[in-house]
Amino acid sequence: MEQRIKIKNASEAAQKIIEWGEAEGLVTCFERAEKMKPCPIGETGACCKVCHMGPCRLVGPKAEEEATGVCGAQLSTIAARNLLRMVAAGTAAHSDHARSMALTLLAVGEGKTSDFEIKDPAKLMRMAEILEIDSSGKEIKDLAREVALKLLEDFSRRDGAVGYARRAPAKTQERWRKWGIVPRSIDREVVEAMHRTNMGVDHDPDHLLLHALKTSLADGWSGSMMATDITDVLFGTPKPVRAESSFGIFKPDHVNLVIHGHEPTLAEAIIDVVAEPELVEYAKSKGAKGINLGGMCCTANEVLMRHGIPTSGGFTNQELGVMTGLVDAIAVDVQCIMPAIVEMAKKFHTKVITTSEKAMTQGATHVAFDEHHAREAARKIARIAIDNFPMRTKKGKFVESDKAPVIAGFSHEYIEYMQGGRWRASFRPLNDAIMAGRIRGVVALVGCDNPRVPATGLFRYLAVEFIKQDVLVVTTGCGANAYAAAGFLTPETALEHAGPGLREVCEAIGIPPILHLGACVDNSRILTIASAMAAEGGLSDEIGGMPAVGIAPEWMSEKAIAIACYFAASGVPVIFGGGSSPVGASKEVTNLMTNVWYERFLGALHFEKDPEQVLALSLEYIDKARVNLKLKKYEPGRFGTERVLMDMAARRELERAAKPHLGVG
Amino acid sequence: MSKIIASAAIRGANRLYREAGEMLEKAIAGKGEEHRFEFVDTAFHLPMIYAMTGFPVKTLGDMRTALGFAKDLLHEEPSRHVWKPYLGEALDSGMATLFAEEILLALKTDAGLEPYKDPETGFVYNGFITDTIQRNLGIQLVDGTMPGFAAIIGAAPDEDTAVKIVRELQEKNILTFLSGNVKGESVTKQLLRKGVELGWDTRIVPLGPETEHTLYALDWAIRASLIFGAKKPGDYKAHLKYQKDRVFAFAMVLGELDDIIWTTGAGAINMGFPAVADTDVPVVHPSGVCIYEEVDKEFDHTKIVQKAIEVRGLKIVVEKPPIPVAYGAAFEGERIRKEDMFIEFGGQRTPAFEWVRMREMDEVEDGKIEIIGENWKELYEKGGKMPFGLIIDVAGRKMHKDFEAVIERKIHHNINEGQGLWHMGQRDLNWVRISKAAKAAGITLEHLGVIMTTMMRHRFRSILDKVQVSIYTGEKEVLGLMEEARKAYAERDSRLGSMVDESVDLFYSCLLCQSFAPSHVCIITAERLGLCGAYNWLDARAAYEIDPTGGNQPVPKGQLLDARYGRYTGVDEYLKKSTGGAVETLNLYTIMENPMTSCGCFECIVAIVPEANGVMVVQRGHQGMTPAGMKFSTLAGSVGGGMQTPGFMGIGRNFITSKKFLAGDGGIKRIVWMTKNLKESLKSAFEARAAEVGAPGLLDKIADETVAEDSEKLLEFLADVEHPALGMDPMI
Repeated sequence: MEQRIKIKNASEAAQKIIEWGEAEGLVTCFERAEKMKPCPIGETGACCKVCHMGPCRLVGPKAEEEATGVCGAQLSTIAARNLLRMVAAGTAAHSDHARSMALTLLAVGEGKTSDFEIKDPAKLMRMAEILEIDSSGKEIKDLAREVALKLLEDFSRRDGAVGYARRAPAKTQERWRKWGIVPRSIDREVVEAMHRTNMGVDHDPDHLLLHALKTSLADGWSGSMMATDITDVLFGTPKPVRAESSFGIFKPDHVNLVIHGHEPTLAEAIIDVVAEPELVEYAKSKGAKGINLGGMCCTANEVLMRHGIPTSGGFTNQELGVMTGLVDAIAVDVQCIMPAIVEMAKKFHTKVITTSEKAMTQGATHVAFDEHHAREAARKIARIAIDNFPMRTKKGKFVESDKAPVIAGFSHEYIEYMQGGRWRASFRPLNDAIMAGRIRGVVALVGCDNPRVPATGLFRYLAVEFIKQDVLVVTTGCGANAYAAAGFLTPETALEHAGPGLREVCEAIGIPPILHLGACVDNSRILTIASAMAAEGGLSDEIGGMPAVGIAPEWMSEKAIAIACYFAASGVPVIFGGGSSPVGASKEVTNLMTNVWYERFLGALHFEKDPEQVLALSLEYIDKARVNLKLKKYEPGRFGTERVLMDMAARRELERAAKPHLGVG
Repeated sequence: MSKIIASAAIRGANRLYREAGEMLEKAIAGKGEEHRFEFVDTAFHLPMIYAMTGFPVKTLGDMRTALGFAKDLLHEEPSRHVWKPYLGEALDSGMATLFAEEILLALKTDAGLEPYKDPETGFVYNGFITDTIQRNLGIQLVDGTMPGFAAIIGAAPDEDTAVKIVRELQEKNILTFLSGNVKGESVTKQLLRKGVELGWDTRIVPLGPETEHTLYALDWAIRASLIFGAKKPGDYKAHLKYQKDRVFAFAMVLGELDDIIWTTGAGAINMGFPAVADTDVPVVHPSGVCIYEEVDKEFDHTKIVQKAIEVRGLKIVVEKPPIPVAYGAAFEGERIRKEDMFIEFGGQRTPAFEWVRMREMDEVEDGKIEIIGENWKELYEKGGKMPFGLIIDVAGRKMHKDFEAVIERKIHHNINEGQGLWHMGQRDLNWVRISKAAKAAGITLEHLGVIMTTMMRHRFRSILDKVQVSIYTGEKEVLGLMEEARKAYAERDSRLGSMVDESVDLFYSCLLCQSFAPSHVCIITAERLGLCGAYNWLDARAAYEIDPTGGNQPVPKGQLLDARYGRYTGVDEYLKKSTGGAVETLNLYTIMENPMTSCGCFECIVAIVPEANGVMVVQRGHQGMTPAGMKFSTLAGSVGGGMQTPGFMGIGRNFITSKKFLAGDGGIKRIVWMTKNLKESLKSAFEARAAEVGAPGLLDKIADETVAEDSEKLLEFLADVEHPALGMDPMI
């Protein structure tokens, strides 16, 4: 009997709820995904709907050579154009989030909000230094204002380059300049992307794809990166926290308020107000013991990283969360909010509250939120949840024990700290471990979870395989939620599953073999970490050429494509799993995005359905990089730094190596 | 770092922080916040805190501030399950521990409890290590004669093992610090019971009986980057990188470990110093904080020294002659008292001399050792005393007559480095002893020859192709040959006397210090020896012949631009290149304009005393005040680090009597104050030089610490004796 039940979610807790829901006749994304197959033409990038002579579908066995749209556009043009539009959309999403953050920082700097403050002034000063703003003698608020204004220039600058581009290793920047993809400003690249993909403008697939890279770099090295940095400055740079995850985090006797979406400002305001005695008292007056916050999707990551607020999971958990019957309200802002939750909520007592002026859903309650009146809105939301507590029914599927412990909070700054403490913070130990073959390479397992595969299942499979083979995993976004629920984000995981070399490193530092770096916008942390590793020396002196791969095994959002492209342009080979390739219809485009990009940037974007192939290709990239860097060949269980014993002459050489002119007679 | 270690380190730091706080508050209650404290003879306050934070602790109140830094570094122990990372936290705790220990030891010193005296045996430990010792060791740190540093904490399983480990470290020329105990037992006590000579001379330095005393070794290490590395106080990254890259120290932990050992170890790991234990401890192998492993273990005591050396990444090449006693620089300082002596030669007791002669290639039979004298074997076996004529004939294609003196000076080291062998003096004033223990181990007269052939060939490997040794024991023969030798000495001296800056084409650089003081370059001229006093022009020349890519490089003089101040185009060009432009030009004969830079291991400091229109000279180790208003240790701070500081200069002792000493400023007549020690030790050479410049009684007109320690008294004295400097052109 059991064999016939299809596993739709690798999380046991989620699977239980799905099965219960099916029995109750509740329809979720899992069932919808099963019922509706992806459109086979659009799925591979062969559908053009940029004008109304079409939509044109370029199909057939020789479509690439022979088929064209009404206007004559070839398959390669159409596939490249579609991809560029996805990149533009993804970049717009991250960057509009960033704009909100920059405006919040500006409001703090100008004293126009009292609901937020500067929590990490040291990081603000580092940002100022990178942006070449002199911070000496300045009041911290004035500096915040100046930094915010400088960052806001990144949205609309006419010429030049986004401010953070200079954070990349010189050689990486050199490649960008050579191929003309240094982004000028976010809005400009996105507008140009939409223009170029408009009917009858840019038709050269390579040219289109180069702009996809340029636009994505505006995301990675500007929008996303500033979002991460500002969030750290306003709400604290993450350091390790211990927390819990999955559906068991809901408390039957508490008001359960879920915060779902992406921007941290709403969540931060809610965290602040639910601790206010008036609200706690109010909750008690309604028969609850208190107010319990649970995160969901990337908002979950933001508040888990900084406050240890428990996470109820990633993207595919949103309907399931409602189905526990314990969610009194779910407050959402932007991105990855399924409209389906409103329908699902109607079947329970749950209130869905939209908060962003950009994001409305019919049937939801709207509480307008902006950074100037943040707490006021947050209190309103909390009261809606509290008021709804007495309306709870017995309906729902909830198992209190369905939860797993989590260690999260690995910011760039903490990763540096954990390798040497305050005095010796550096990336030396990590670079050393890679050089010595203790760590074979690093893989970023990031991105969405997807109901079209057993959700979170590919994440689990790949992580176990990688860490077994001594590959260190870093994770963000819903991938991080997947690992949290799986119980993988604990240091014990290293002891149980990691290969002997990786295990030694994890034991030395006390870390899980999978490091939670934050929300999907925090993939920017991976860029700065890779840059720091390049600067530390001993591996590649640019991001490209590192034994590192980026993987989004279950991607679905256009944001994921933007991330993939900025990784590739920065020099990271990227492999996307799950469904078909969105450019799969065109061999030419596929070749451009893999071989040609690799030649130019040492990065690539592959789409690979078969998880075993994802694994094999990743290890191939990693081992190839090790060979090219002349590192010790990876052999499981056999590692160690080759000793170079120093006599006195060698010690004097230390200086000569650093300053070649010394001792020249 | 495994969780067990991290937990212990974090716990230990919390405990020491608490203890230091309690003791400090008691001290403040008794003496007040303003009560001043300084360790003896250091310009660096509490050195660890000063180097890491830049905060100079001068009072008990300052200690409270400094302890606040430690508090910020404390953490909670990692939890049993689902723990948060702990490496960074443990390393922070280690640093907190070093701060707390430094304050604890300062308070104990202030209370008269340090250096620790063993109440049972009366043995006094070394305690805090002075700047003077640090600077004294200078040249040894860089020329390979002291390649590494061991801190042994705890106790060996038995006395013999303790001796064996320490002897092995000595043979490898490593400086060993001892601290800590295991239930009251310690390596110090074990060695004392076995009668092993302890102290700086034998490179075994007991710091104190507790683990906390290890801090003295770390305080010593951190001053290497302050003194030789010229790293700024508070620039902790630079200090710690220097320690990791250049100070080849490691800890050897013998016996059981406790929280205090782990937390002190975590502090040392911050500095890049690994630990090797002889017990079953958790190991930390991943590298990056240290160059190789952080914590390792080795149960076999015959292998533990080698293991520790490798873990630190140290290469030690020790040339040991085939003799039946241990051999190494660590035995150099060993004394042989009369009652321990088997036989002696020279020392005014018997006629004796030592002489290196250059010969043609075919006149020397390599490796031949000949002992000439009637019944020499019986006489030797009887012990007591014997005449001793040591002639070393050398030949080699690159040998030069001028090198005879350089080679001859190594006889001293060659003999002294043998355990139970002792040498002092030189030429016809030499004195050699062989101990009873060495005799019992099988040392014969031939072995003295074996040492010479092996070590001379090794030390001068690219100069000497052949070395032959003849030892004469008959009184008449020795006296006869001594006359011949004396003629050779005199000839040598007169040739050396004619070797002046003007007569040579090449000067030499000395870059030996660059392993420790990367920004300093010494220029050694015929009339100006290196500021450490260890290398003169001939030494440098020989060193260059031995190793053309080594630490001494020829510097063509080029054109003389300024005869008075001694400025040469060749020197300027060389310096510009070798300092990366940091030093553009150098005047060899003045202190007032672009004078020579210093590494930190100068023998003396010359400093201007403007009020007296002259200069003062103070030697390393002088602890009193000087008329410059600063003690040596403080003055040294303004001289080192490869910076040109007009008016201040580090020099070698013997430079004072050189014709080129401040020649452009008026020469030795400018000296208005000089320590008694210098006046006495340089007396004859100084008087000769003074006579040459037409100032015969000059030495008596120079003030010393018995006359004046401040400029007011100094001026009074100078006026009384009518010191010539008062009438000379103004210096400034």
